[in-house]
Amino acid sequence: MSSSPKPRPTPASLRPAGSSLPVTGAQSLVRSLEAVGAEVVFGIPGGAILPAYDPLYDSTAVRHVLVRHEQGAGHAAAGYAQATGRVGVCMATSGPGATNLVTPIADAHMDSVPLVAITGQVPSAAIGTDAFQEADICGITMPITKHNFLVTSAADIPRVIAEAFHIASTGRPGPVLVDLPKDVLQASTTFSWPPTLDLPGYRPVLRPHGKQVREAARLMATARRPVLYVGGGVLKARATAELRVLAEVTGIPVVTTLMARGAFPDSHRQNLGMPGMHGTVTAVTALQRSDLIVALGARFDDRVTGQLTTFAPEATIVHADIDPAEISKNRVADVPIVGDCREVIADLIVAVREEPATADITGWWAQLDGFRNRYPLGYQWPPDGSLAPQYAIERLGSIVGPDAIYVAGVGQHQMWAAQFIRYEQPYTWLNSGGLGTMGYAVPAAMGAKMGRPDTTVWAIDGDGCFQMTNQELATCAIEGIPIKVAIINNGNLGMVRQWQNLFYGERYSHTKLGTLAARRIPDFVLLAEAMGCVGLRCETREEVDATIDKAMQIDDRPVVVDFIVGEDAQVWPMVPAGTSNNDILAARDVRPDFDAGV
Amino acid sequence: MHTLSVLVENKPGVLARVASLFSRRGFNIDSLAVGPTENPLISRMTIVVNVDDLPLEQVTKQLNKLINVIKIVELDPAASVQRELLLVKVRIDPSTRTQALETAELFRAKVVDVSTDALTIEATGTRDKLDALLRVLGPIGIREMVQSGAVAVGRGPRAISATPSVRPLDRSA
Repeated sequence: MSSSPKPRPTPASLRPAGSSLPVTGAQSLVRSLEAVGAEVVFGIPGGAILPAYDPLYDSTAVRHVLVRHEQGAGHAAAGYAQATGRVGVCMATSGPGATNLVTPIADAHMDSVPLVAITGQVPSAAIGTDAFQEADICGITMPITKHNFLVTSAADIPRVIAEAFHIASTGRPGPVLVDLPKDVLQASTTFSWPPTLDLPGYRPVLRPHGKQVREAARLMATARRPVLYVGGGVLKARATAELRVLAEVTGIPVVTTLMARGAFPDSHRQNLGMPGMHGTVTAVTALQRSDLIVALGARFDDRVTGQLTTFAPEATIVHADIDPAEISKNRVADVPIVGDCREVIADLIVAVREEPATADITGWWAQLDGFRNRYPLGYQWPPDGSLAPQYAIERLGSIVGPDAIYVAGVGQHQMWAAQFIRYEQPYTWLNSGGLGTMGYAVPAAMGAKMGRPDTTVWAIDGDGCFQMTNQELATCAIEGIPIKVAIINNGNLGMVRQWQNLFYGERYSHTKLGTLAARRIPDFVLLAEAMGCVGLRCETREEVDATIDKAMQIDDRPVVVDFIVGEDAQVWPMVPAGTSNNDILAARDVRPDFDAGV
Repeated sequence: MHTLSVLVENKPGVLARVASLFSRRGFNIDSLAVGPTENPLISRMTIVVNVDDLPLEQVTKQLNKLINVIKIVELDPAASVQRELLLVKVRIDPSTRTQALETAELFRAKVVDVSTDALTIEATGTRDKLDALLRVLGPIGIREMVQSGAVAVGRGPRAISATPSVRPLDRSA
């Protein structure tokens, strides 16, 4: 993101401009959160963080949502951040509270989500003594945070909170952890705002280099087989309007990665879909056969490139990213551009318009349209008569429409949700891309709904994922956060089962969960009802539309729909792990014949 | 072999951040030396890494991402002074005592501790010089040795300054 978090209005009483008020460290923390504009905190209190919860009880500007597990707090903060663009905040106590945040922090780190995690710590004098509920959370999260702080003096609290929000939300966004020993929270100090930031080593480069931009524009104007490879950085930079202009000015085909679904409308003629392991044949092949890849806020992840040595062998690479370390990390860039994606794309638009002539790419488009016609995304109905999971997800997207937010877990249902829902707007698709965190969906949907209460939020989850974090439905029911959950219930860890089917001789070692056995354990409808939600079940094609309609009519409580689907449905196309994108399979045993009939 | 001078904020945990970055990104540190600078708020690390040019670029960029890292400069061996410190305890007897003392003198090293059957030699220099010294002392008999990491400073009047107006090393743009 290119700017610091917008200051939000706070009660005037909290802003005694220039003057300093005597407060405790805990009061200073809560005032700092108010001043920096945090409107919601997801968390659970405990011994070391207790002092902070006392003034938090009185805050009218900061709403605290009591979650059921700290992992839920972290993912909720991430869902809130991804849906709104603002910094998500989670809070936990020391030791196990803090270590339960590790997974969502790692998740946010991989997906560049602006997150501030606030943890209690044992009193300063007890640090290092293996005290009760002591864990070195700064040490533990060092490799999975953008930065972290152990606060040693109450006087530092306003500055550290301001720095944490600044670091989390600027440059390449990411998680920042602030660890607060109990005695620091209890100490007497003064509060004044705004503090002066002291970050001599933190200077994100936002403005791209003009010479590099002009070189990129020249290549874009002369390439015969160019592709815009659009990643999540375009969403982080809030550059989707600029992207559309650039795409339309140049006529270059666009692929949107898993993290960038929605950054460019699926209905747009130039959108070839998602590249990667389960991407469309056209998107994968377009990158593979291109002579120019313009990577915008993307990072040449192994799930996109397949075997790196054979990825896009003829392509010249223009790579624009706000993080210099991403450039030439996996694939060497011919034209590196360091900068904020919105500024880069805006400058590229100007530069390509100044190019004297543009190469004819109608031949390239004819080739790509041929692939699109012959290898569209599709699926077959299971021969056993069960409900096709892809159909349930496709109908959900059609009925609910492109204004809703869809939040997926990780696995087959995630890939189908990326493939079969049409995303037309940015920030309507949230998922755990880099870390692949099962259990992300329900709490992230809760956070998204908190951030955008007027938007319908659907979690699309698997029965495996759902059983990792569904307790947050109790939070949703009690706190009045009416999310909707579609469980794509195939009774198995579906993606693992798919790999066992394809690569382990159909030996289904420990992937059957039993949610579909004679006794449904658990029965998700009863489980939903037990947590104060409405539980619905859908087992046949005929029931799909009516069940979704029914779920859409309920707005006073969370709704869980248990879609019972067949266990043998698979995600296609597929580039098997470690193989070349040249070896993409359009469907089981179907190797595309790229040269036929073009 | 590449030598990086890294200016960092003088704060707790910075060494751990740098060291853990090297290990988790799979880069090998040949040596690392850290100490105070003329500015009490800033420490200086000298890191010697054995990597090719492309991984070096990654090392530098990843180091630059650490919030506490202020500036990174690669020092060209030809345009900088690089020194390591060696303390080596040599086993001696009446037949080798003179040879050990002469060797120390030859390498402009100092004898800093003497006893009847051992002496300790202090030497500073480049890695090559210290290696040569050790090759000569080896046959006499090395009982114990300890070596520092390299410290390095550029030749000439220019200094590495921590002022933010100077852009850090950025090979990509």
